[in-house]
Amino acid sequence: MANSLINVALPKGRLGEKVYGMFASAGYECPAILEPNRKLIFENEATGVRYFWVKPSDVAIYVERGAADIGVAGKDILLEYAPDIYELLDLNVGRCRMAVAAKKAFRDNPERTLRVATKFTHIAREYYAGLGRDIDIIHLNGSIEIAPILGLSDVIVDIVETGKTLLENDLEPIETIVLISARLIANKASFKFHSDQIEAICKGLARQVKE
Amino acid sequence: MNPVNDTLKPEERVLYALRGLYQRYGYSQFKMSKFEEYDLYTGNKDFLVSDGVITFTDTDGRLMALKPDVTLSIIKNSRLMPGSVQKLYYNENVYRISGSTRCFKEIMQTGLECIGDLDLYNLCEVISLAAESLKSIDPNYVLDLSHMGVVSALVDVLGLDDERRAAVIACIGEKNGDGVRRLCPDKDVSGILALIAAHGKAETVIEKLRPWCVSAEAKAALEELSLVTGVLAANWCDGVRVDFSIVNDMNYYNGIVFMGYIRGIPTGVLSGGQYDKLMARMGRNCKAVGFAIYMDQLERLNDEPRPYDVDTLVLYDDCADIAALTRAIAALAREGTSVRAQRTIDEKLRYRRLLRFGEGGIEYGE
Repeated sequence: MANSLINVALPKGRLGEKVYGMFASAGYECPAILEPNRKLIFENEATGVRYFWVKPSDVAIYVERGAADIGVAGKDILLEYAPDIYELLDLNVGRCRMAVAAKKAFRDNPERTLRVATKFTHIAREYYAGLGRDIDIIHLNGSIEIAPILGLSDVIVDIVETGKTLLENDLEPIETIVLISARLIANKASFKFHSDQIEAICKGLARQVKE
Repeated sequence: MNPVNDTLKPEERVLYALRGLYQRYGYSQFKMSKFEEYDLYTGNKDFLVSDGVITFTDTDGRLMALKPDVTLSIIKNSRLMPGSVQKLYYNENVYRISGSTRCFKEIMQTGLECIGDLDLYNLCEVISLAAESLKSIDPNYVLDLSHMGVVSALVDVLGLDDERRAAVIACIGEKNGDGVRRLCPDKDVSGILALIAAHGKAETVIEKLRPWCVSAEAKAALEELSLVTGVLAANWCDGVRVDFSIVNDMNYYNGIVFMGYIRGIPTGVLSGGQYDKLMARMGRNCKAVGFAIYMDQLERLNDEPRPYDVDTLVLYDDCADIAALTRAIAALAREGTSVRAQRTIDEKLRYRRLLRFGEGGIEYGE
């Protein structure tokens, strides 16, 4: 079992492809993964890895529950769901920030409960609890930007990459909560039984990280 | 073939083995009621693994709780004479919020506690029983040991405020070196990074960490860890490793803490440590060490599907002599294999052999 394949959960999409590039450069390539088809699982016995594509927000679940030994997840997902995993490396890709945004004309009135629309209810709650601010959380699953425009909320808490979507909707970021990037995560029990393989991958990836 | 062992589910077989193990080492069973006064938990909420407690009001108006934990009840009920040691084991259901579903769950927990005037022998005994317990579940185990004294001393060197200190300790628990660097850009965190990187065989890890453990507290803690791992190594506890990512709550735990893993189970199955600080908080002036095994995790062990639901399927019809059929089925069951009698064949039932019960009894011709 010492040389069994390491299961790697990669986030589907642009970030996942970028991250796979880092794995490949670190010596863990699996060329079949780049073929255009709908397969979700790819393995390369020679390099000892099995990759699979999953929804980005599900990577942490696959890893925490041991279906994947390691995976790559955004720090936003790790902060929101707080999975019990090891966070081994900041890959410094997929960089963005979790921010509070509001309509350009917005003036905060601390006498009133702040209405906050977000997909990231845990992060928002923690952030405002730290400020001692009473808030009303409105959980939305998408198109968060329209909440302040329609008067559903005063502000939103969401990921801001370039700020273009905000700008186009007449919103602006007013506060940065935390900087986000992709992280290499590992299942705690898998790490105990495959520590040599996982650490070798981690070291290989660390060499690919650009500051 | 052991018919009893073959019938038992993995978690039942383990339970049976563990009870024997703990009794052989002189631990007596601690049996308690399902309920406990809620007050017991209010003062020590952070000690509980999850924050929810199921409560109800008893007929006399007292607020009661379905036990979320066993250790607190054991301490509450401990009657210690100076210089004495109490050795107890338990097997109880506890009621907790399960991490991923955020719903209450009944969890079977087995564990042992050793409390009183403890010495190095007691500490080594409990940790080696933890290793033995894991080994009896599966020989492919790892028991990680950490020392809160080492972690605490190396974090103290940084001189952080409470908030940053807690964040750094959380990063140690995640093996998140990048997180530590980001939290303390103004500090030399090389000691913490060494702590995160140091895991594996005890003798190697302890030697690697020695240069960083310069304060008296750190040296003493590392020395204790070295002594204990030395004793365990001499007693064939070969799955024991050192890993400082186990960072239990420092308000309760001190000294050595540990966590056990079994290959094939994605989370830790055993958790324990020294909790002298909890004893002090509960007004007991003595030491304590213990561990718990989460039996619900063991369901996933050896869950290879059985090839058959039943060894023998006996078909009978409406004309069958029921007394003769009953005798025949009992005779087959006594042979030690499983037998099921019914009038029709279920589509999904998998059986090794099919027999018919006719006028002359069981027909073996099939």
